[in-house]
Amino acid sequence: MIRQGPGYSAVSRRTLVRGMAAAGALAGIGMPFVARAAEPIRIGFPTPVTGPFGAEAKDQIRSAELAVKQFNEAGGLNGRMAELLVRDDKLNPGEAATRTLELIEKDRAHFIVGALSSAVQLSVNEITRSRKVLYISISQSDTINEAKDFSRHTFHEALNPHMTTAAVAKHAFKKGTRVAYLVADYAYGHEMLRGFKRAAAAIGAETAGEILHPFGAPDYSTFMPRLRSMRPDILCICNFGRDQANSIKQANDFGLKKAARIVVPVLLHNQRLAGGADAFEGVVGASNYYWRLGETVPSAKAFNDAFRAAYGGALPTDYGAYGYTAVRSLLMAVQAAGDTDTDRVIAALEALQYDVAKGSERYRACDHQAIQSVLITESKKKSEMQGEADLFKILEVEPGAEAMLRSCDELGHRA
Amino acid sequence: MQTLDQTVVAAPPKVPRRSPIALDGVSRWRAPLSILALLALPFLLPSQALAVNVLIYGLYAVGYNLLYGYTGLLSFGHAAFFGTGAYLTGIGIGAFGLHPLLAMALAVVAASGLALVIGTVSIRSRGIYFAMVTLALAQLVYYVALQASSWTGGENGLRGFTVSTIDLGIVSLNILNPLTKYLFVLAFVGAALALISRILASPFGAVIEAIRENETRARACGFDVERTKLLAFVLSGLFCGLSGALSAIHLSIVPLDSLAYHTSGTAVVMTLVGGAGTFFGPFVGALTVLVLEDVLSLWTPHWQLALGSVFILFVLFLPRGLWGTALGRLTALRGHR
Amino acid sequence: MDPGFLDLELIAMQLFSGVALGAVFVMLALGLSIIFGMLGIVNFAHGNVFMVGAYAGVFVMERTGSFWAALLFGPLMVGALGLLIERFLIRPLAGRSPDDPLLLTFGLGYVLVEGVRILFGSDGLPFATPEELSGVADLGIGFFPIYRLFVVGVVALVLVALWYGLERTRLGLIVRAGARDPEILRVLGVDIQRLWLWVFALGIALAALGGVLAAPMRSVNPEMGNVVLGEAFAVTVIGGMGSLMGSVVAGLLVGIVVSMTALFAPEMASIAMFAFMALVLLVRPQGLFGKPGLGV
Repeated sequence: MIRQGPGYSAVSRRTLVRGMAAAGALAGIGMPFVARAAEPIRIGFPTPVTGPFGAEAKDQIRSAELAVKQFNEAGGLNGRMAELLVRDDKLNPGEAATRTLELIEKDRAHFIVGALSSAVQLSVNEITRSRKVLYISISQSDTINEAKDFSRHTFHEALNPHMTTAAVAKHAFKKGTRVAYLVADYAYGHEMLRGFKRAAAAIGAETAGEILHPFGAPDYSTFMPRLRSMRPDILCICNFGRDQANSIKQANDFGLKKAARIVVPVLLHNQRLAGGADAFEGVVGASNYYWRLGETVPSAKAFNDAFRAAYGGALPTDYGAYGYTAVRSLLMAVQAAGDTDTDRVIAALEALQYDVAKGSERYRACDHQAIQSVLITESKKKSEMQGEADLFKILEVEPGAEAMLRSCDELGHRA
Repeated sequence: MQTLDQTVVAAPPKVPRRSPIALDGVSRWRAPLSILALLALPFLLPSQALAVNVLIYGLYAVGYNLLYGYTGLLSFGHAAFFGTGAYLTGIGIGAFGLHPLLAMALAVVAASGLALVIGTVSIRSRGIYFAMVTLALAQLVYYVALQASSWTGGENGLRGFTVSTIDLGIVSLNILNPLTKYLFVLAFVGAALALISRILASPFGAVIEAIRENETRARACGFDVERTKLLAFVLSGLFCGLSGALSAIHLSIVPLDSLAYHTSGTAVVMTLVGGAGTFFGPFVGALTVLVLEDVLSLWTPHWQLALGSVFILFVLFLPRGLWGTALGRLTALRGHR
Repeated sequence: MDPGFLDLELIAMQLFSGVALGAVFVMLALGLSIIFGMLGIVNFAHGNVFMVGAYAGVFVMERTGSFWAALLFGPLMVGALGLLIERFLIRPLAGRSPDDPLLLTFGLGYVLVEGVRILFGSDGLPFATPEELSGVADLGIGFFPIYRLFVVGVVALVLVALWYGLERTRLGLIVRAGARDPEILRVLGVDIQRLWLWVFALGIALAALGGVLAAPMRSVNPEMGNVVLGEAFAVTVIGGMGSLMGSVVAGLLVGIVVSMTALFAPEMASIAMFAFMALVLLVRPQGLFGKPGLGV
């Protein structure tokens, strides 16, 4: 459902623009207007096809391609079809930078969408902003919103740690709850910790202690005794990917789950599969999307159905959904702008309100962060699972609101 | 031009012995010829960004080859020099607002300095221990850079120092233009190649090859083996640092894996595949590996299997690398040995 | 901020978990040390062999449902792979530069990782702790998973078996002699190549056993070997390549250091480990216990 904002105007403006363009083209190059109209809308899509997040990347590609397919089947932009140019960034920022350069210089991509890790999104962003190409990042991290890395060409469709931690804390912490933190010692881990502590302070929960662990550590046994001695009510594990699967598993091995409830900022499909139902049972976390949302939100159901139809009954995952929401919001803005001209699309995107898979979303003006709902999910017990895909239950849906983001000032943006 | 007595019996050579007559004319022109070949590159490869990468990694491998192919020391820690060159360039431009060329110069000096330190410390190790020490020390540099995240950006990498134009006084280069960028990088790589060619043709060049062939005998001949090795190490660090600096300018970011074990391994793979101990071999290796990676990753996400297998096959059957084997055949054809 | 920071019980517990952590390091170092002591090869694929071992465990587990079967057959299967590797990839390199096997194993590492990705996918796989070994034991100073105690036990058993094999049997005598002086041994009529073949396979099997043991503790994924390679090198170098005693002492030492630094500065653990490794290589390259050849 597109609500037209001020960037869009009536047919007459489009006709005027077309006329000017035709005149310009005829006058300048002499190329027929028809040829220009048929030029595809190229969206570059760097994603880590090789490496530990290959499954997530594949999901993102499928979802993004679905969005493109839907756009094209609806007629495209007056006959101009969209094209997704998928590139393997190998989860490597240097590689991602090279691929982005190629997409811009050689493939003449109009827009770039993608990136999974924080380092990769920042590197793609560095290239796109200097060359004034619109970029929508789908990596969950705060850094890209800060003024230092931001540019008017930078958009961030994914959740960030501040949003997820605030939502989880609101759900799980009470006044007087003692929380122990196990944090991965890198930027993303620190962002999560900061978010939790801020939310905890507002609620009145106590910090029982915090432990930093080296990023990528496979073994957490040396941290368990100390965590135990803190006697927390809640063990808050702030890390990601393999680290999350390992630490939850080992916390379970050490019997910490009996002593404290485990809470994480993001609870994701692939980590739950890697850790197993038993280790993850009862763990609470946040997510941007879970297919059961289709039971309450119509656009989610539509997304699930379309995905199932296109991919033989498969359901979209959390990371996969980002591929869809980002590309669809982009294409909606292109439609609204009537053109692939970057400045126009930026204006359209800033004005856009879109509900494509999880309810209404929009991009905040100062940092182009997508304000969207956060799902609080809990990992199900094996006996409760009604099917292979039934990993979580949705405990609540925190509606999207600007209050869950850091303020523009705090991020360094001048009003 | 003095060359050492080539009849010294040595370990099984992985390197084509320099034929004093037929290739001499060509090898005198090896630097300009290489540059000429590289000029054609952006028009042969599918993208300029890839071509710049070939230049950068080619230089990296050439710098590495100085130590491994010519002096015979297998280092597994050269990422430390590449990374230092890259990071200090970025920090110089981003944090201190230096002119890009000045930042690059300082970065190269720093990389050479680091090579002096690491070299002094590791030269005394023999054989495989040398590889392990360089590995350990490079890992140390990696973890220190990871910790110093306020300077280096930690795992997010260093950014915010994008160079769009380079002001040379009389003219201003628009680095955002891919071809201009390529020529800018080529200017440095070309100068480096010319310099390396001179170095290799000098008596110093002869001594390091002597050390590779038979260290004990070289020492017996009266050469200061330790000093020579150290100098080779520092020069190697210098050129690898330069390639890192160029990489920073090219990508506008410095990722943390510039310092990682994998990057050190890349130097080894490219040099071996191209031809250790040959002048242009490392470029051939860099080109091969980068193109292979690109092409293979289009077909399958399992391109690393192919790359690893190719490398193993090279170690087993083509230890002289592509260029080295080709040169060897050429020498044989011309009837010299 | 932290209750019980200087608690003696906590420190004791920390020491104990350091020892248990060290057990895995010891398994890795043993294999690496044996291969170097006997064949003079630094196996850059050792971490990835560890990973392949974990996957072999998953494979057997899926087919038999028995952890004990996985523990036995996983290492045997990977050991067989080791036989093939030595025979067809490493033996052809004999007589060439000692750097060549190092380079080859480096490439082999990539092949192993990608091979596993093709066969098992890139995702992490769960590996359940066997029922009989799950749960925690109350050690008085704190709670500790029973499974980790089991791992320490297995490593101790392996050590005893190796010591006995090397020091008290005729075969062990031949192995040790072969590591000291292969030429003489050849002259005495021993097929040194066959010896190398089996010792290499043994080293590989030990790494694989480490992988199977580690699988229930960590998630099984194709990258799990890359993380441990650096640690394996550090431990082996510090202890002394070719010395089993060295592997044990260094393994436990590194485990304890990592564990104790976890108390106040976990990020320093890696820096400390590599700094120590470099220091040992420079000051005493043969490590704490290294002697030429192979031995306890």
